[in-house]
Formats: sequence, structure tokens, C-alpha cells
Amino acid sequence: MIEVLSSAALATVQDQGRTGSLRWGVGTSGAMDNLALAAGNLLLGNALDAAAIEVPVFPFKVRFGEDCAFALTGADCAARLDEQPLLPWWVHQARAGQVLALGLPQGGAHQRGSRAMLCLAGGVEVPEVLGSRSTQLRGAFGGHEGRALRRGDVLRAAAAGAACKTGFGLVPPALALPLQQGGVAAVRVLPAAEYMAFEPASRDAFWAGEWKITAQSDRYGYRLEGEALRPIAPMELRSHGIVPGVIQVPHSGQPIIQMRDAQPSGGYPKFGTVIEADMWRLGQAPIGSRVRFIETTWDEALAALDEVRAWLDKVARMVELHRGAPVSVARQPG
Amino acid sequence: MTVQRPSISLLGTTALIFEAPGEMNLDSQQRIWALAHETQAWPEIREAVPGMNNLMLTFLHPPRGAGALQALEARLHDAWDAAVARPREGRVVELPVVYGGAGGPHMADVVAHTGLSIERIVELHSAPLYPVYALGSHPGYCYLGGMDARIATPRRKVPVLSIPGGAVSIGGAQTGVSASAGPSGWNTIGSTSMCFFDPAQDPPAALQPGDMIRFRVEGIVR
Repeated sequence: MIEVLSSAALATVQDQGRTGSLRWGVGTSGAMDNLALAAGNLLLGNALDAAAIEVPVFPFKVRFGEDCAFALTGADCAARLDEQPLLPWWVHQARAGQVLALGLPQGGAHQRGSRAMLCLAGGVEVPEVLGSRSTQLRGAFGGHEGRALRRGDVLRAAAAGAACKTGFGLVPPALALPLQQGGVAAVRVLPAAEYMAFEPASRDAFWAGEWKITAQSDRYGYRLEGEALRPIAPMELRSHGIVPGVIQVPHSGQPIIQMRDAQPSGGYPKFGTVIEADMWRLGQAPIGSRVRFIETTWDEALAALDEVRAWLDKVARMVELHRGAPVSVARQPG
Repeated sequence: MTVQRPSISLLGTTALIFEAPGEMNLDSQQRIWALAHETQAWPEIREAVPGMNNLMLTFLHPPRGAGALQALEARLHDAWDAAVARPREGRVVELPVVYGGAGGPHMADVVAHTGLSIERIVELHSAPLYPVYALGSHPGYCYLGGMDARIATPRRKVPVLSIPGGAVSIGGAQTGVSASAGPSGWNTIGSTSMCFFDPAQDPPAALQPGDMIRFRVEGIVR
């Protein structure tokens, strides 16, 4: 078991998200950096749907009550286990009584993330609710008691104490799969239903401009600041389903990107959608940083998903080598 | 007579939205339910999610290539053309409501906007049997059809940071009841107590599309 020593709010238990309950009004939740979570689980030999602790506010400290392997992925937070500095994107072994401390995210302008994932051997053991362990903050269920973690909370790792290969890591995806436009972090966007209903000048400004991620940004959505986007005529839409990544434009003209805790329906005009393959990039974008948008197509967006899958496959093969398991090669008959 | 075509648009590679043409009404919504029922069984679809006269389909497997996507869209148009409005014999749920007072802090705004008396607003709001069109927004929340247009009131310019669960409110031409506390841009005119969502139940939401809500006047606070 591990005990939360920080009062740092907003750390939550997340897995890859809760699908299949949108029709009951239940949004997906899930890790803001789904790639960091997937890689952390691979490093530990966990199931890919295992849950971890997402940490967006620092410093953050936990004490291990028993021996436990863990992986740190996501933002590089100058972590220390007692006094020993730890490498990011690496598997480590904690001994009973040791304290893990995460500090402020480090790195150059394009590598500095904003959220660390603390992945534990076997995953964080909390009950599955509606098929997921992710925290549903609005519904107050899932995760640890349906809420953000507090000082004194005690969590269990499903495979604490089990032997686990440690002492190896990987090159983070921000380096392996970089994406920039004009020297600024970028994400790809597929235009959405109301895109053509905006002024041509606004459409141009959207792709050409740099967008600041304002302080009013969180797991629900990122409120952006830039040149206001003007519709050709005011729009009143009927309530409809939305997903994380959808870029809505309310009357102010300043766009809002729906993030993982987004509600499952909305009514504001939709300018575009950040493609699923790039949501992890956005999940790591710090408040106050700038982002640019690159117009993409359906086929390019699918190719981007393939690229992410290929990277995870590569990680899985590398982990398999390190963990000493035999590499199985599928042979085709003939 | 021209028949407006339905429209289909993408939400990244995660989902698409099908929007029914024409006026929003129950007949069209019943066809949306039929379309949701059919498309839920398609192998590339993860979930069919009805909205207000529209349907979101999330992908389990996004169609490979622009050609496959077009084929899926054509199949969806055909399924809509073939969809028959199927009325659902839903349950009727009566919710006792205290209108106005501390539980209905924006009643004065609805009075100001409509020019009607509080008694008349309550009378018009509690008269219909409201069909649940769809669920969304937050766990257990019901989108209702059938509100009297005379009490329609625009959404608030500045959303309220948190309205409690059970808040009965008007947003534009729609009315609804919050299932849990949270931010809202709607005008709260009353309150009721009802548990709309329990994740331990199957299904977790108390009401389904096709069920009906009747608001019973428990009291009016001026």
C-alpha cells in the first residue's frame, strides 16, 4: 500500500477511460496523457487497462508501506526516492518505508510536460465502476472514492511485493514522436460540422495563429486565448454528443478544447476536433504555453493513430527483451 | 416539396454525428431511437448515443480510408430512410417540485423575460407530460421535449458556478432537472428530490429515453 503525504489537490486515479456509458450521460474520464499511462503499464508488465495516479500539481509525495515496483512516465518531475534522484520514463523498485517525491516539471520549452503518471506494479487497486477505474468527478464515483486524492489516503498496488524487473526505461514519446509548427508545439485537427460557418478570416487565423492555454484550463477543458473566431451568423444548435478533443466556440469567440473529463454532450458550435492520436500531447501542454493547430484529413488522422500504435508495439518489444521473456515470432505456414 | 437531407459530420477519428433534418419533434426522435438500436449492432460502432434529434456514433474501429468512411455514411443514410418511428411505452415518473424561493433563484428572471406571473409560469411548466428524448450532460441527466414555448427563457449570460442536484431549470426552449451538483447556464425555477443515477444499478440511470416526467406542484414560494 502507499500513503499520500501531500495535500496537493487534483491528483486522481485514472485508467484508459470509461467507454460504453455515454448514453447514460457518463463522460469517459481517463488519463490526460494516455500514451504515458500505456507506456508505464507496459514497463511494469501490467494490463494495458490498469489504473495509475495522474499528478498535475507539485510537489507530490507518497510513502510506500511495502516493497513495490513502480514506473514514472509523463512529465519529468525531478523525482526522488528518499534522497536518490530517479530517471523519468523508467522502472524503479521502492522498499517499504521509502518516500517518493515529485517536484516541478523539468526540461526545455518543448519537452516540459505538466502531468506525471505514477504507475504501480499491477495497477492501482480500486473497484471497477461501469467498466473502468477512472475517477468520475462530476458523478462522484470511480477512482478512489469518486474524488481527487487527499493527504492520508491509502492506495493499494495490485501486484505490490511481486518480483518485477526494474532498472530500465525508454525514450519519451515527446522525443520519439515530436510535432511542432513554426517552433511551437502543435496538434492536428480535423474540421468539424460548423467549421465552414465561420468567417474565412477566422478560419485562416485559427491555423496561422498561436493559441495560449489560459489558467482556466483543467481536465474538463482547455480555454484558449487568441484572435476571436467569428461565425458568419449566430448559431443555435440542438444538444448533441461530443468527445474529448472537440473544439467548441462559445459566443466570446475564444475556443475551448474538450479534455478527458468533458461532459458527453454539448451545444456550442464545433470548429474542429483534435485527433485522438494527438490528445496525449495536449494532455501534457502546460498552462500558459502556446499551441498551434495543423489541419489534417481522415486518412492522415488514421495514419497518426497507427504511428502511436507502432511506437507502443516497439515499447512492448523492448520491454519484453528487458524482462527476459522469450520473444515469440509468429510463423506463417508455408 | 423539398426534403432536407440529414447531415453527417466527424468528431475527429473518435465519432461521427448524424443530424436528422427538419423540425425537432417526438416522431423524429423516435426514428433516432430506432436508428440507435440498429447501429449499436454494427461491428465498427462502439456506442450509439442519441442526442436531441441527432445521433452520435463512437467508433470501435474507425473505417480504414476515406472510401470505407463514405460507405459507412451511405449505410447510415439508408438505415435512416428505413427507420420507422417506434413509440416506447415508457414509465411515467411524477416529480414533486417546489417552485421559486431559495430552490428556484432565477424564477424572477423567467418572470421578467416572459412577462407572465409566477402562477402562470408554474401552471404552464407543470401541465405537460415531458418525454425523455435522450440522456447527456452529466450522469443521469435527461433532455426533455415538449416545454411550452411561452416560458422559453434564454440561457444566462454568465453561467452559475454550481446548481444543486434536483434543480429544475429552463434553458432556451428546453427544461430539465439536474442529476447532481455542477455548473449550469440555465435558469433554475424550482427544486425536486430524486435520485437519477446509481452506478451500482443496471442500468445506472433511473430514466430512459421514452420515459415521461410529470412535474407536480408541491408548492410555490414567492
